[in-house]
Amino acid sequence: MKVVYPHMGHMWICIKGMLEYLNVEVVVPPPSSKKTLLLGVKHSPEFACMPLKLNLGNFMEAAELGADTIVMAGGCGPCRFGYYAHVEHAILRDLGYRYELVVLEPPQKHIGELLGKIKHITGQQSWRRVINGIRFGYNKAEAVDKLERMAHYCRPRETKAGATDRVLQDALKEIIAVSAPEGLPVALNRAVDMMNAVSLDKHRPVLRIGLVGEIYTLLEPFANQDIERKLGSMGVEVDRSIYLSEWVNEHLFLGLVRNTGSSKLAKQKAVKYLRHFVGGHGLETVGSTVLYAKQGYDGVIQMLPFTCMPEIVAQSILPRISSELGIPVMTLIVDEQSGEAGLVTRLEAFVDLLARRKQTGEVLA
Amino acid sequence: MYGYLGIDVGSVSTNLVLTGEDGIIKQSIYLRTQGKPIEMVQQGLKQMQAALLDKIKVIGVGTTGSGRHLAGVITGADIIKNEITTHAIAASNVMPGVQTILEIGGQDSKIIILRNGIVADFAMNTVCAAGTGSFLDQQAARLNIKIEEFGSLAMQSSVPVRIAGRCAVFAESDMIHKQQMGYNVPDILAGLCEALVRNYLNNVGKGKEILQPVVFQGGVAANAGMKAAFERALGHPVHVPPYFDVMGALGAAMLAREATNRKGTGFRGFDVADRDFKAGGFACDGCPNVCEVVEILESGQVIARWGDRCGRWSNVLERHEKIS
Repeated sequence: MKVVYPHMGHMWICIKGMLEYLNVEVVVPPPSSKKTLLLGVKHSPEFACMPLKLNLGNFMEAAELGADTIVMAGGCGPCRFGYYAHVEHAILRDLGYRYELVVLEPPQKHIGELLGKIKHITGQQSWRRVINGIRFGYNKAEAVDKLERMAHYCRPRETKAGATDRVLQDALKEIIAVSAPEGLPVALNRAVDMMNAVSLDKHRPVLRIGLVGEIYTLLEPFANQDIERKLGSMGVEVDRSIYLSEWVNEHLFLGLVRNTGSSKLAKQKAVKYLRHFVGGHGLETVGSTVLYAKQGYDGVIQMLPFTCMPEIVAQSILPRISSELGIPVMTLIVDEQSGEAGLVTRLEAFVDLLARRKQTGEVLA
Repeated sequence: MYGYLGIDVGSVSTNLVLTGEDGIIKQSIYLRTQGKPIEMVQQGLKQMQAALLDKIKVIGVGTTGSGRHLAGVITGADIIKNEITTHAIAASNVMPGVQTILEIGGQDSKIIILRNGIVADFAMNTVCAAGTGSFLDQQAARLNIKIEEFGSLAMQSSVPVRIAGRCAVFAESDMIHKQQMGYNVPDILAGLCEALVRNYLNNVGKGKEILQPVVFQGGVAANAGMKAAFERALGHPVHVPPYFDVMGALGAAMLAREATNRKGTGFRGFDVADRDFKAGGFACDGCPNVCEVVEILESGQVIARWGDRCGRWSNVLERHEKIS
């Protein structure tokens, strides 16, 4: 059995760590690229959103590398993603690929449902080891998130352009190289030290922007055209409303790990504007925008793949939050088009707007 | 005499503006980009030089528009700025106190909301081009009408026909249908203008508070039919400034004045018009992203590169001080 899973940002690092610890052979698809998108678009229904197309492309590229089993997250609720694993599997079957499918879904009743599926992949291994493996993968996700957060802080303040990203790649390699839970704390310390060594100008004034929206577009740099780096180079410190480890904890472990960042707060904040689950991360988008406004962020950018229903619901609510709480909000819709100029123009103009607002605000204050 | 040069390289047009030290336009040039931005910038510079007769010395250059980086590299711009900021600056100088700017260009349309002279909010069209100038251009071509005559013809209409405005393709089939039914051309053109305005206000202007005074600029503002349709839809007058089609370039020139305050210009002179610039490109094979790297060559020498995600190519060149 050679297992493959779709790309979503740095998620592959954690799942690879977990599965290899459990002696499962893993095929990591080549990073999502134009070729991936091309393959996906060619064989997907036109009206599906971009994540489906990229997933499909990932699987097709991984098949060339010998993968034979798909592990994918599922879900339930109004977002179409819950059904993507099955749709993609059916498309692949029609194309002649022989893939086995394992869908990891948020358990309906008990975490045992999830464990059962993991047991299917891991075979005859002790539960103790399986659980250690899952914890290992989760800890890797936490480590990666920590490094990403540090990069968000460093990028706008770095004294040498591009230094943060070069160091981040090296720091991630430390995490990737760890093969057993015992080694992780040491590697993380090393990685953190590397990030701390990036030369920074801590007194440089920066703008702070919160990124909210659909999880895949937020986490996958290919889908969002590297928005975090682009904003970083414009002198903006970003924060995302969704980090992988938090999402895993809430959706797959049903909040088993306590005292971590959670979307609960965001959902509470959303109540004033939206009292109903609308699927995907619609509620979190609304709530996080409120949170960012209260935390004094300079602006919020919402990102969604074209045709994303939950985010469209959120999008129609954001103008009200924007005017009530006085925080500028911009929505970016991503799709196949790769014209970067349009995105850069919008980002630059938004950053200009925030900078001018901040200037005049400071004069008035 | 001294002056400031603003260059706006858009998808459809390339505009150059030269202002005096007081910010008043001395010379403006409007060219069609025709997919050849480098040539057009050079041609524009040549025309500008000829028009100035060496009477004005350029002491600052600003570039804007989707080709701003390209134009900036060629001319040695002092500031490279996005078109939203430049449009806002130009409009608030031409019409102090302006609160709303409607701008419709070739491939994008935007709305800019100003309060107390600063940009408070803006929006651009996202995934749809139905509300832009190119759409009018295409439909005019379909009807065998010169785009320049579009506006005056639309003004002759008495009963605009209703045309779907959400999607350019549906609008076109609607229009053909109305043609076959026997409606006359001015009524169809006026209907098109109304459809475009409707789409613009619903799509780009969604949720924005459009307060007076309203300025309408960009190439499409030349179309009197569009101005009238906006006035009908908004219920109050819409102003089209005298230099509506070069407002981006004007804003860039104004920003150049700010940027060169107590500082020399990086302008490389009008003779760059005669130098040999080429844009080359290659697909980087360093990783599976296969970025399309663009190179700008001057007489065979690489003077700028962009398009790579990791900075492998763009960072090799000595990094100039960031100006955008």
